[in-house]
Amino acid sequence: MTETIVKLADLVKPAAVAAPFVLSDEERHEIEHELSHYPDSRAASIEALKIVQKHRGWVSDEAIPVIAAAINISAADLEGVATFYNLIFRRPVGRHVIKVCDSISCHLTGYEELRDGLIEHLGVRLGGTTPDNRFTLLPICCLGACDRGATLMIDDDLHGPVEPAQIKALLEAYP
Amino acid sequence: MSLRSAADPHYQRPLTRLIDRAAGPLDLPGFEAENGYSSLKKSVREYTPQQIQAIVKDANLRGRGGAGFPAGVKWSLVPMGPDAGEKYLVCNADEMEPGTFKDRLLMEQAPHQLIEAMILVGYAIQATRGYIFLRGEYIVAADRLNKALAEARAAGYVGKNVLGSEWSFELFVHTGAGRYICGEETALINSLEGRRANPRAKPPFPQIAGLWGRPTVVNNVETLMNVPHIVLNGADWFKGLSQGKSKDAGTKMYGCSGRANKTGTWELPIGTTARELLEVHAGGMRDGKKLKAWLPGGASTDFLLPEHLDLAMDFDTIAKAGSRMGTGLIAVVAEDQSMVSAVRNLEEFFARESCGWCTPCRDGLPWSVKILRAFEAGQGQAEDLDVLSKLTKWLGPGKTFCAHAPGAMEPLQSALKYFRHEFEAGLAKPAKAA
Repeated sequence: MTETIVKLADLVKPAAVAAPFVLSDEERHEIEHELSHYPDSRAASIEALKIVQKHRGWVSDEAIPVIAAAINISAADLEGVATFYNLIFRRPVGRHVIKVCDSISCHLTGYEELRDGLIEHLGVRLGGTTPDNRFTLLPICCLGACDRGATLMIDDDLHGPVEPAQIKALLEAYP
Repeated sequence: MSLRSAADPHYQRPLTRLIDRAAGPLDLPGFEAENGYSSLKKSVREYTPQQIQAIVKDANLRGRGGAGFPAGVKWSLVPMGPDAGEKYLVCNADEMEPGTFKDRLLMEQAPHQLIEAMILVGYAIQATRGYIFLRGEYIVAADRLNKALAEARAAGYVGKNVLGSEWSFELFVHTGAGRYICGEETALINSLEGRRANPRAKPPFPQIAGLWGRPTVVNNVETLMNVPHIVLNGADWFKGLSQGKSKDAGTKMYGCSGRANKTGTWELPIGTTARELLEVHAGGMRDGKKLKAWLPGGASTDFLLPEHLDLAMDFDTIAKAGSRMGTGLIAVVAEDQSMVSAVRNLEEFFARESCGWCTPCRDGLPWSVKILRAFEAGQGQAEDLDVLSKLTKWLGPGKTFCAHAPGAMEPLQSALKYFRHEFEAGLAKPAKAA
C-alpha cells in the first residue's frame, strides 16, 4: 500500500525562493510540434506534460500554469489532467522508475513475491524513492506482456518473467 | 527473396502471416512486396466507401476489442455525403485489459498492417483524420508505428489526395499517460481531447457526435487489421476462416496466461475451443497442476470452470455459458491458487482504475476490496457475503455511465457462484466460549 508521510514542519517551512518556471526552447519547440497534430490545442495537454516530464523527470506545481499558457487552456484544467493520469509524476522520482505489474496474470505468476522482493531490496514501499535517488518503485496496470509474467518495466525497458532472485542482477544494469 | 507469406500459402492467418519475430517488422518495400497496401489501392481505385462498408458488413467482422459489435454496422451510422464535414477514425490501441497481450504483438511486428487498415477504414467512412490512441507504456510499438507512418506518408498513402484521389486523410499516433478507463471508447475520446478520461453518456453515440463533437468511429487494433484482408479476398473467404468452428467469421488472436507451460498468443480460427488453447498451444498447466478456473478474455469477464473448456471461444457460445469472450486471451487459475485472493486482486485493480465519475463504482469497488481482504485474512463476516452479492447487483449494468463497474462485478459474481466454499473458509472463527 502506498503511504505518504507528510511532516508538519515541511508544510510550514517557508518555501525557498525558486527561479520562476520557464519552458526551455526545446520543450517549447516540441510542444508546438504536438499542437500541429490537433485542431484544438487542449488535445496537446497530455503530450505537453509528457514533454516537460521527459526533460525534468516530473511536473512541478510551478510548471502547470506555464504549460497551460503554452497550450492556451486554464491552469485549473491542466491541473485536473495532470492529476488524473498515473504516468504523469507530480513529485520528483528517482533516476530510474520501476513499474511493477500488479494485474491478474502477474498475480497468478508471482507478482506478490516480486513486489515484496523489490520492497526488501530497495528498502522503500510502493510509491517510494530510494534515499540515493536511484529508483522509484510504482505499481502499474497490466503491461500487456502476460505471457511473460511476472513482469516489470524499468524506464522504457520491459522485463519478464522476473523471479525475486533475479532482482539484484537486473537492477545493476541501471546505475 | 523468400516471402514471409509463403508460410501461410492458403491465407488462413491474415493477421500474423507476415510476422517473423526474429527478423522484426517489415519496412515499406518489404511490406509492399508482400502485397501490402494493395488492398488500399484497390479500395480507393475500384470501390466506393459504401461498397467497402457493405463488404465488411457482409463479412460479419465483429469487434475484437471485447464487445463483439459488428464493425460494418458501427460504420453504417456515420453520416456520409459531401456535406458530412470533419469526421474522425480512432484506433483503440490502449490495450490495458488485464490478461490481454495481442495488440502489442500485432503493432510491434506488423505496424504497416495497422497503418494500411487505418487509411482504408478512413476511406470507408470518408474520415478526414485518424488517430491511433496508443497506451503510453508501449514504447516499441510507438516507435515502429511512427516509423511506418512516416514511410507511408512519404509514399503518398497518407496526406492530401491519397493515391491521387479526391480524398485527403491525415493520420497521427497519440500516446496516452496511463489509466485503464481510457480503453472505454467515450473516455478515450475525452482523453484524446486532452481532458480527464471520464466516460460520456450515450446517446449520442460517437458515430454521430464523438471527437470534438464530430462523427467518430473507434475500432480496436485487431478489428481494423482484418479489414484490408477482407476487402482483398472477399466476405466469403473471411467467413471460411473459422473453418466451421463458429458462426462468427474470421480468425481470432487467442492466448493464454497464468501458470501454463507455454504462455503466448496465437492466431487461430474463431471458435477454437479453450481446451485446444490450454492443452495444445499452451502445453497444459505448469507443474502437472490441475486447472481450477479460467477467465475467457480479460479481468472483466466471468470465471468459467474446467467443464467449460470444450466450448467454442466465440461471442455467443461463451455468453451462453454465462460469461463473455471479451478479448479472447484466457487466464488460468491452478488448483492450489486461491479464488478469494484472485478476486481481491481483480477488484483492487478495478477500484484503483475507476475514474470516480459514478458513485456506485467509485465507492462500491473499494467496499468490495475491503470485504475481500477480510475474507483473505480469515476475518470475513457472514453478512458480508450477502453484501458482496448485493454489490454485484448495485454495481451491475445500468447503474453507471460506462461498463467499468459491471465488468468488475463479472469475476466476483462468478467466483461467488462457483467457489462460495472458498469464501466461507475465510469467515472469522467464532471466539471459543470461556
